[in-house]
Amino acid sequence: MNRSPYIADAPTVTSIMFKVVLALVPGIAAYVWAYGGGILVTLTLATITAVAAEAALLKLRQRPVTPYLFDMSAVVTAWLLALALPPIAPWWLIVVGTFFAIVIAKQLYGGLGYNPFNPAMVGYAVLLISFPLIMTKWPAPLNLAQSPLSFLDQLHYIFSQTLPSDIKVDAITSATPLDYLKTQLMLKHEVAAIREAPVFGVMGATGGEVVTGAYLLGGLYLLQQRIITWHLPTAFLAALGLISLGFYISNPSQFTDPLFHLMSGASMLCAFFIITDPVSGPTTPRGKLYFAAGVGILTYLIRVYGGYPDGVAFAVLLMNMCVPLIDATTQPRVFGHHKS
Amino acid sequence: MSTIINFVSHLLQGKSLNVHFNDVFKFNGGIHPPQHKIESTLCPIGKLPLPEKLTLPLRQHVGNLPKIKVQVGDYVQKGQMLAEAEGTVSAAIHAPTSGIVSAIDEQIIPHPSGLPDLCISLIPDGKETWGELHPTDWRNTDKKELVNKLRASGIVGLGGATFPTHIKLRSNGTSNVHTLIINAAECEPYITCDDMLMREQADDIINGIAIVQYILGAHKSIIGIEDNKEEAITAMTNACISAEQEAITVKVVPTLYPSGDARRLIHLLLGTEIPSDKRSTDVGIQVFNVATVLAIYRYFEFGEPSISRIVTMTGNVVKPQNFEVLFGTPLMSLVKATGAVKEDTTHFIMGGPMMGFDLPNTQVPITKAANCIIAAAPNLFAAPPPAMPCIRCARCAEACPVNLQPQELYWFSKSNNFESARDYNLFDCIECGCCTYVCPSNIPLVQYYRYAKSEIIDADKATSAADLARERNDFRLARIEREKLERAQKHAERAQLAKESKSDLMLDDSIVAAHTNTETPSTDPALDKKAIIAAAIERAKAKKLAATEAGVTPKNIENVSASVQAEINTIDHIREQAAQAEIAKTSTE
Repeated sequence: MNRSPYIADAPTVTSIMFKVVLALVPGIAAYVWAYGGGILVTLTLATITAVAAEAALLKLRQRPVTPYLFDMSAVVTAWLLALALPPIAPWWLIVVGTFFAIVIAKQLYGGLGYNPFNPAMVGYAVLLISFPLIMTKWPAPLNLAQSPLSFLDQLHYIFSQTLPSDIKVDAITSATPLDYLKTQLMLKHEVAAIREAPVFGVMGATGGEVVTGAYLLGGLYLLQQRIITWHLPTAFLAALGLISLGFYISNPSQFTDPLFHLMSGASMLCAFFIITDPVSGPTTPRGKLYFAAGVGILTYLIRVYGGYPDGVAFAVLLMNMCVPLIDATTQPRVFGHHKS
Repeated sequence: MSTIINFVSHLLQGKSLNVHFNDVFKFNGGIHPPQHKIESTLCPIGKLPLPEKLTLPLRQHVGNLPKIKVQVGDYVQKGQMLAEAEGTVSAAIHAPTSGIVSAIDEQIIPHPSGLPDLCISLIPDGKETWGELHPTDWRNTDKKELVNKLRASGIVGLGGATFPTHIKLRSNGTSNVHTLIINAAECEPYITCDDMLMREQADDIINGIAIVQYILGAHKSIIGIEDNKEEAITAMTNACISAEQEAITVKVVPTLYPSGDARRLIHLLLGTEIPSDKRSTDVGIQVFNVATVLAIYRYFEFGEPSISRIVTMTGNVVKPQNFEVLFGTPLMSLVKATGAVKEDTTHFIMGGPMMGFDLPNTQVPITKAANCIIAAAPNLFAAPPPAMPCIRCARCAEACPVNLQPQELYWFSKSNNFESARDYNLFDCIECGCCTYVCPSNIPLVQYYRYAKSEIIDADKATSAADLARERNDFRLARIEREKLERAQKHAERAQLAKESKSDLMLDDSIVAAHTNTETPSTDPALDKKAIIAAAIERAKAKKLAATEAGVTPKNIENVSASVQAEINTIDHIREQAAQAEIAKTSTE
């Protein structure tokens, strides 16, 4: 019988997913430093929900539970979703979002390898549409909050939505820079003046830009480990940078500089962790460039002209829809064939 | 721009930039599997004791089965032709040693199918008596004559493809080969037979290259060797210099599987991409394996036909080594020569670990295709873990040397979407196994491609058969229609004729009736029948007699087995009885 090759040298799906999770750790550490330990609670909640939902669905679908549960893909989805949600979001929001991501967006489409849409972004989009108010209620960075919450207070808040009696909700939350920018621009303020506000850091958001930098670090680790290729992050960051540069040059009083867009919101998370989901993304090198550039441009347009402060989730989902077309039209030239 | 992208890509992927090889033209992908080549290169090429029995499959090459020239019981000398090439693409088989032909029957042959095929068995007499050898002064012989002689040499591509060599050297007037590539890349792990051959017989290999270059009329020859064979590179370079062959050069290529694939090697050395639908000779390039050119040299210089080859015996054995092995040697004799197999050996693989296949048992003979035998054990080749779903990571596409999209081909093959698989150039796949090697989900991708290819080939055969049948049926219907028309026309004509002559005929009606009456044989019908049958038997007997006299027996009962002959006799007997009974019956009536 011909069953060659007899040898193999490949990382397992589990080890790939584990490295992705590992690459998120610096970002999470920075998150805890900037916003407090609440994120650890939401991450844990999301992880438990994801694993439980995955196991239940595998059982229902009569698939072997162990190999699929240990592929760690559910954990990656859970962490990406949790990191995209406000770190003091109520527990049920996390559970509903994660459940939707794993059950509807992943398992009902056939599980690992078969989901056409990025499960974490589906979960995020569902929550954003269903609960817009909670989804935009972000905590202020610890060093800006009038009365910073302790870890226990955050834990308490996540489960009961009640604060210590001496603290008001407004005192712990603040608009994100992208949100603040949008509302202030509508009030006909100029960018330079708006950016005087304390929520703005050197490049992005106070605190947030450190988290973004840590994501970048994790992303470089993934590149070095050859878990991802350069195409997606490069094309995404280049497209987002170039389009914002164009707008910025045309009118610096109405549009912020490219660095701000690259370093705020979910830009870096998107560049290295979200669009690099292989299952829902394109596979050809040229296709990856188009896909990521598309996400970059759509993200910018939604941020600037859309109804939501950040556009990553919708940009990714819209481009997910284009993947079959992108793959079919960007087939590389096969050895010995002419360019077609 | 693309250079910058490539540079960045290389840097980001953590690859080192190959500055040493900037004069080779790299192809996409490829892999670096562990070499395992050193183990079998520590000793020089060894010789085996003469085995007790040699089994020579007739099918050791691509093409038609050769025609057997010997019979069971014949004494044959070493190098004597046992079977001659039949048809255009075929190769002869020679006796690897002197001895007696003990059987011509079906035996299990080393083939992935594990099925038996026709073999000639030879019991050596131990004398190694050579038959008469006819060396050729190749420099003063017509090229066509040389190619014709090669047809009787039994030489086939010894790199593993086993394509008859004389076909590759044939000049049909259109091919205009300017460059000869000598494939000495030997890129698969474990295999070292070409490496050892180059170390030990570099001068003769250069002589062989000179002959092939002369026959092809090529201007230059390039020997492509991977940079992991330093000794071979030195030996071959020195041999080129000492032979004062300026048209023959050694070019070192980076170690990267599958650089030994002919199209990949041509690209590496010359930067030429052979179009998918063409052969390399269409663009003036021909590729030969080192062992093959050496065999050609030995055939012309000494008259020795192809009776042995170098085989790497490695893997889970005590002392891996290369051996010169006579074709037909049982695998077990070769295994014994290496000391012994280690205890946990499960089976043997022929070829390398990337493209080889499991041998059905340890008695199969070594053939012209056997470049390497690997003793397999779980610690060497672990069974792959269960396959997971494809996560579309495209590592396979990065590794594919043909620049295919293996993940798409897998999807199409799995869902029996063969048309799409074909559109995505499934048939350009060389089954090198790089995709499977790098797959994180352990999907046996190459198996899927083999399956899809065979399904498509079967479907194509069925389609062409159906087309032929439809064509025939259409023709038949048209013929029936035409005949119907013709009949109708005839009828009409006759009717017309009858109408015209009706009045005349009516007058003669009674006469016609009377006439017909007299014509009918009114005598005993039984006697008549008897006469007819007797005459027929007479005729048949006469015919048979004439045939036996002329020494001809009817074609279809030629060389039938005893059982069939008995059946025929019985039937003949029954027929005769029946005929006699008939005669008797009619005569009593």
